[in-house]
Amino acid sequence: MQAEDKLTYETWPAEPEKSTLEAKNKFLGFWFFLGGETVLFASLFATYLALKDKVPDTTHTLAKDLYDLPLTFVATMLLLTSSLTSVYAMYHMKNFNAKKMNLWLILTLLLGLGFLGLEIYEFTHYVHEYHHTFTSSAFGSAFYTLVGFHGGHVAFGLLWITTLIVRNAKRGLDLYNAPKFYVASLYWHFIDVVWVFIFTVVYLMGMVG
Amino acid sequence: MANSQLNSGNPRVDIEYRRKKSAEEMRHQVVSFALMIFLTLIAFAVVAAKGFSAWFIVPFILLLAIVQVIFQLYYFMHMSHKGHEAPSLFLYSGLLVGLVTVLAFSTIIWW
Repeated sequence: MQAEDKLTYETWPAEPEKSTLEAKNKFLGFWFFLGGETVLFASLFATYLALKDKVPDTTHTLAKDLYDLPLTFVATMLLLTSSLTSVYAMYHMKNFNAKKMNLWLILTLLLGLGFLGLEIYEFTHYVHEYHHTFTSSAFGSAFYTLVGFHGGHVAFGLLWITTLIVRNAKRGLDLYNAPKFYVASLYWHFIDVVWVFIFTVVYLMGMVG
Repeated sequence: MANSQLNSGNPRVDIEYRRKKSAEEMRHQVVSFALMIFLTLIAFAVVAAKGFSAWFIVPFILLLAIVQVIFQLYYFMHMSHKGHEAPSLFLYSGLLVGLVTVLAFSTIIWW
């Protein structure tokens, strides 16, 4: 199949994300990138684990007294749910329903935005109430690098999906843009995968001590 | 996935078959989502309870996280479907390098 083909509900392929050469390349290339992202985040996790609670003196707040379980819980629920909504979006993409796909993607964006808002609130809270900053301790540097890098990925994902929706608003679905939506949804799930380890390793294990 | 082989010769029949298949898959996705939420609730509850020792909590919540990530990768990111050999290779290679890094940083560096 060619990307320029005009397709209908009947001729829409079962796997539009892999039905042109460009789409196949995109699919493969994106998974290669995700392999690299795995290494990137793993090294940030390793740094955090090595430097957790490494502070210059006792005036600095440690992980145990810093983290707030209810806040982390709400953020986790928002991001997990946004993963499900993007699954729904891809379900409608496969059924050649651009309108419903966009609707679920917008829902995904709103949940992601809520998550990002909570993270910004959390960081400003740490800085103002606990003087826990990027430069206050090795612990601070490792924490903000890991969690901030994830937050940066969320922000980038929001911009990416917004751009896709705006760019393709009047175009409907075709084999040129379907792989783009699919790859963006993979990225969004990967952000969720990383967050599962962040809430477990950073927040929950941080509370345990 | 069974979805990719369809040649009954009648496009109408194929479409209906495919729609049914993807609706069924969507139901599985919702079930995995419910399980993921359930695992998250357990992980938070175990930590919030404060009654368990760290020696139990840490390996337990790590296990829950791994199970949850498997759901995310194999169902939400479709790694259970056919044609994901190269993605598996990329992801597991990345994971191997990453785990060695974590191991090194948490054993060799401790000050």
